[in-house]
Amino acid sequence: MQIKPILSALRRHKAGTFLIAMQIALTLAIVCNALFIIQQRLVHLSEPTGLDEPNIFVVQNEWVGQATAEQVDAKMREDISVLRALPSVQDATPSNSYPLRGGGWDDGIKLKPEQLQDTSGAAIYFGDDHFIDTLGIKLIAGRNFRSEEITSMNVRDRLSPPVVIVTKALADKLFPNGDAVGKTIYLVGGPTTIIGVVELLQSQSVDRWAAGFAYRSVIVPKRLAISLGGWYVVRARPGQLDAAMRAAPKALFEHNPRRVINDEDGIQSFSQVRSRAYERDRGMAILMGVICVVLLAITAAGIVGLTSFWVGQRRKQIGVRRALGATRQDILHYFMTENFLISCGGVVVGILLAVAINLWLVTRFEMHRLSLVYVLVGVVILLLLGQGAVLAPAMRASRVPPVEATRSV
Amino acid sequence: MFSYYLDLALRSLRRNRVLTALMVLAIALGIGASMTTLTVLHVLSGDPLPGTSDTLFYPQIDPRDMDGYEPNKEPPRQVTWTDGQNLMRAKRGDRQALMTGGAVPVQPAQSGMEPFYSDARYTTADFFPMFKVPFLYGHGWSAADDESKARVVVITRTLNDKLFGGKDSTGQTLRMKDLAFQVIGVLDTWRPNPHFYDVYMGNYAASEDVFVPLSASRDAHFDHNGSTDCWGTGGGDPEHAETSPCVWLQFWVQLDSAAKVASYKEFLVHYSQEQKSLGRFERPANVRLPGLMEWLDINKVVPGDVRLQTWLAFGFLLVCLVNTIGLMLAKFLRRAGELGVRRALGASKREVFAQLLVESGVIGLAGGIGGLVLAFIGLWLVRLQPSNYASLAHLDLKMLLITFLLAIGSTLLAGLLPAWRACQITPALQLKSQ
Repeated sequence: MQIKPILSALRRHKAGTFLIAMQIALTLAIVCNALFIIQQRLVHLSEPTGLDEPNIFVVQNEWVGQATAEQVDAKMREDISVLRALPSVQDATPSNSYPLRGGGWDDGIKLKPEQLQDTSGAAIYFGDDHFIDTLGIKLIAGRNFRSEEITSMNVRDRLSPPVVIVTKALADKLFPNGDAVGKTIYLVGGPTTIIGVVELLQSQSVDRWAAGFAYRSVIVPKRLAISLGGWYVVRARPGQLDAAMRAAPKALFEHNPRRVINDEDGIQSFSQVRSRAYERDRGMAILMGVICVVLLAITAAGIVGLTSFWVGQRRKQIGVRRALGATRQDILHYFMTENFLISCGGVVVGILLAVAINLWLVTRFEMHRLSLVYVLVGVVILLLLGQGAVLAPAMRASRVPPVEATRSV
Repeated sequence: MFSYYLDLALRSLRRNRVLTALMVLAIALGIGASMTTLTVLHVLSGDPLPGTSDTLFYPQIDPRDMDGYEPNKEPPRQVTWTDGQNLMRAKRGDRQALMTGGAVPVQPAQSGMEPFYSDARYTTADFFPMFKVPFLYGHGWSAADDESKARVVVITRTLNDKLFGGKDSTGQTLRMKDLAFQVIGVLDTWRPNPHFYDVYMGNYAASEDVFVPLSASRDAHFDHNGSTDCWGTGGGDPEHAETSPCVWLQFWVQLDSAAKVASYKEFLVHYSQEQKSLGRFERPANVRLPGLMEWLDINKVVPGDVRLQTWLAFGFLLVCLVNTIGLMLAKFLRRAGELGVRRALGASKREVFAQLLVESGVIGLAGGIGGLVLAFIGLWLVRLQPSNYASLAHLDLKMLLITFLLAIGSTLLAGLLPAWRACQITPALQLKSQ
């Protein structure tokens, strides 16, 4: 295929050539970045919590009426034994929060009391000796709490438990040698000893502000008595989640009616928790996907439109070429190559534009650097799209009969 | 002349239906997407209190210890109880209010109605006049009520409808957490947007249903919601929140002139230095006094995703426009013969140009109408989303007008290059080749 005649023909259609190339460049730049955003969101929303999610649900219990911290703790203990006694329930634990809730207690951890800056941030979970079993997380070193280690914590107390269990992510950050069990760390309220390490437990929020301590969690052997109420995390027996979710509020109200469990979100299965926590990310990914598809469709339609026009304009020249011996294949290749050359020009500009847009997004929207894979994927998509779009008009051009050369219009 | 051009334009558009449809669709999609996102952005970044917001300020002071100190780092975004009370007592602003959020169990008197939790705001007397809160019945409480921890309550219209069937409930009793509060006021519909006075309750949350004097809420052991940030030996202990080193209250001040703003800032510096010499503060004086709109910026109230979507939509519109320019160029140049004849028959370049612009204007108008329909659909889809600002996404008159101007303006702009290129043709050459 001779490229020179194509280039000289394009030189006579500067505006059209420039517009198609521009459109391809812009589309490439937007599609690359959109694909990259989609991938980032998908990675984010498939991060594991570490929990036995299919069998877990959470109850938000709010008390009605005045009560002392001691009374609240007693009511909470009764509730937990009511829940554990249900046949469809495997285990239950009171807690201040759970992963993906969106917020909760977080604190700074220090290795020495005189340190000015924290060694790491950490999510603080309150739980009893059933916490690990209820959540279905895995203890990989040390031991669980003993039931006599669980105490009640009034919100008036300082956070200074004698022992804690930490996640592997936090243990690795604090003690990179892997010997965290038995070591002393400093919470805001004072020193404490690590007695166990669990494999995985995500922190309460997956928002950006909590990204610095995403999997660094501390489990404190305490029931936190808040007069407002708190959460019960419940693990149903396998396959009995629905039954347990129906039985739990009924049993709780039968035991003590002076409470509020919100109809709307008082009881949520963990899959509901998960979809709520990530609904924004999922929405964004879907929107980006739709925009990509529509954008590609419009660009393809634009290429078809403009090439069709060029074919119509050059019918006579095509006829002359055919009369002079060019085959249908030659004509087809001519238009395909022409589009390929324009696309290549557009793609080169598009790559630069994509990187520029990404750099700008990094400064304004806390995004990551665009990986070149996405640029390459975008380039391949657009080159194929261009070739696909040009195929129909090019076929039509190849069917122009040689006799066209003799017609005057 | 215009009607003749219009007739020509319509004829020409009818001749190439697919191409016309493609151009109109591209414009409509671009306009629809950008108007949907722009409307959401416009709604979210609006002024919650038009006309009043520029006199409202949010003082920030730094009461923390030296732990984690870095010079000129932003002070905490809330105040401690002690500082809040001191600033209230100083009365250096034209008005000031100290507040925090919470939730209270409401125990309806009617049998058959279960107790439920309502979001509550614990605040001081100036809250209502300072934020221009409209009353349906009754009024707010006085500074004396704050002083005496009076068990009075102001409720919203929604709660009044729910509990008292919409009747004037002032003088009635509302039981919350086993305690009786007297209703003294019912608010008319009020939803400042964003929920500027406490950004820890959800940026676009609806206003709370229950308003109680801060002093009475402490007395009644009402529970606090929102952010509590402690340092040193502080714990988030609500029983001793008055003395603990924690910030958990918002303090707003109204300052009616620039001179007062400057002198208030000076006052905050003096206050910090005084507290430092008393040994309460450890850090050097570090104060800020952002205005309301500035405060919303600092808190990045508008979600980043919404801004990102707006940029994306305008990028999309740009591609659609480039697409339309290309197609229009093709179309106009294809009619070189026809235009050549018109030029030869005496039409000036100007007239041909005007004719082509009318044609692109028609496409812009059709695209604008299509875009408007798509924007309505888009906003309806946004409202179906569960996020807390979703219900606010409505097209107002201003955005409607912008939509149309954007559609026609951008298409005319897009028509400029093709129309200009098309009138450059030499009539003689076109006629000769026929």
